[in-house]
Amino acid sequence: MDAYLIAIAIVTGIYVLMALGLNLQYGLTGLINFGHVGFFCVGAYAAAILASRGWPAAATFPIAAAVAVAAAWPLGLVSLRLRDDYFAIVSLGFSEVVRLVATSERWLTNGVQGIAGIPRLFADLSGTTQALAVLALLLVLNGLAILAMRRIVASPFGRMIEAIRDNEEAVRALGKDPARFKIQVLMLGAALAGVSGAVYAHYIGFIAPEQFVPLVTFQIWMAIVMGGVGRVSGALVGSGLLMLFLEGSRFLRDLLPFVSEVEMASVRIGVVGLALILFTLYRPQGLMGDFTRR
Amino acid sequence: MTLVLSGLTKAYGGLRVVDNVSLSVPSDGLVGVIGPNGAGKSTLFSLATGFLAADSGTVSFDGRDLTAVAATGRARAGMVRTFQVPREFTHLTVRENLMAAAPGQAGEGLLAVFFRPGAIAAEERAIAARADETLAFLRLDAVAATPAGRLSGGQKKLLELGRALMTGARLILLDEPFAGVNPVLIEELSARIRDLADRGVGFLIIEHDLRALTRLVSTLHVMDRGRLIASGAPAAVLAEPAVRDAYLGGAAA
Repeated sequence: MDAYLIAIAIVTGIYVLMALGLNLQYGLTGLINFGHVGFFCVGAYAAAILASRGWPAAATFPIAAAVAVAAAWPLGLVSLRLRDDYFAIVSLGFSEVVRLVATSERWLTNGVQGIAGIPRLFADLSGTTQALAVLALLLVLNGLAILAMRRIVASPFGRMIEAIRDNEEAVRALGKDPARFKIQVLMLGAALAGVSGAVYAHYIGFIAPEQFVPLVTFQIWMAIVMGGVGRVSGALVGSGLLMLFLEGSRFLRDLLPFVSEVEMASVRIGVVGLALILFTLYRPQGLMGDFTRR
Repeated sequence: MTLVLSGLTKAYGGLRVVDNVSLSVPSDGLVGVIGPNGAGKSTLFSLATGFLAADSGTVSFDGRDLTAVAATGRARAGMVRTFQVPREFTHLTVRENLMAAAPGQAGEGLLAVFFRPGAIAAEERAIAARADETLAFLRLDAVAATPAGRLSGGQKKLLELGRALMTGARLILLDEPFAGVNPVLIEELSARIRDLADRGVGFLIIEHDLRALTRLVSTLHVMDRGRLIASGAPAAVLAEPAVRDAYLGGAAA
């Protein structure tokens, strides 16, 4: 049971890193990024490919972040001058393109078979100790990300991205270029997703394109909507809630014995969907309250 | 002459919403634009400030041709507009709204945020002091810590003027600054605008409140169906038959 709880905590930590990035993008800046999983995927593959060739984790993490940032930059350049809703579609398309590249470029990614045997982190430790070490690493990474978010929110940069969220035209009228800030925000969020992907690849040990479907993006969206948009605490609590619903619904199996294992997977997604509907109906500002009630 | 608009034209399909309009605003001038709804006044503002691209015509500011310069570049050159429907940063406080408008902030760079916190703190203190001065000047100091979305319509108009002042603009284009503002505040606001003009800030003002506007401006332009139909001293312009037709014609016909 301990191992199970630690595993859940680790996966939650991976989600929180992604949620912090999306919260910066959507909650603070108003960027509708429907392609967050694309950066997660890029980071996971970068780490997996390098680690499989013997690179140490100390190198795969920063490179995973850098590659995700490098993918975000041109995407931002071409699409962030468009209206918000166009960016939403372009980003969704981007994440699907990333997945298709991972599927097709077999020389690099091994195609649909994916990459197995990715070296684990802290491999010289064993069992529970190793899992706890991974969890500790995630706590450190998330702690650093949260400190960075707090610094940004309190800064003139943070004030400007919130101004962009509230009224982009007015920002232009003051002589400031919203696109410059939006590109930086997209790249920062991508860095977090990239690192998150690297932890994921090392932890799970096996990655394949099917793990990087748009559903992952929307799960992160659900997390920040349930937790409270535009608040760091919202990203934390929302990711926890998401895991609670995803994992808690496993135990529905005992209540609904007539549902088959395969059908159960759909039921679990349904449970999260229902939770999201109830949240938007009865607590639209999320559990922690959104940016309008700071 | 600070701002010179020359032959500005904008058409949507066959409809010329702004048709060959030329006018200028001196560096400390107070210039008004009036006209019936749909005359093309706000479109003229958008053409002047680069929010819309003109089909033809030129915009120059301080002798520099800005026709090919984007909206952000024109604002940085020193001409800043406000909007007919106020565009406040809803969830920022009134003080933060003004602080966001200060130009050239080092703290808007991400590297500085993380590596030069001391310099940013000093810069922020200076900007906050300027914002507080501006708020006091506009009599908005009582609501400095209120989220801008909670202001009244008139206060939002003042807020937009305050943001424009924070940019250090030398020409401010006000789109209906008196709409929704109570009469006492209109007097106040007019006095503030006059003060600023005395300090060398030029104003181009769209307004429907003719009484307040004619008392404020020294030159008045009248637009109707995209064209300038009269220009000159306010009293003389308002006496012209063409102007009376434009305003009253629809009702008389």
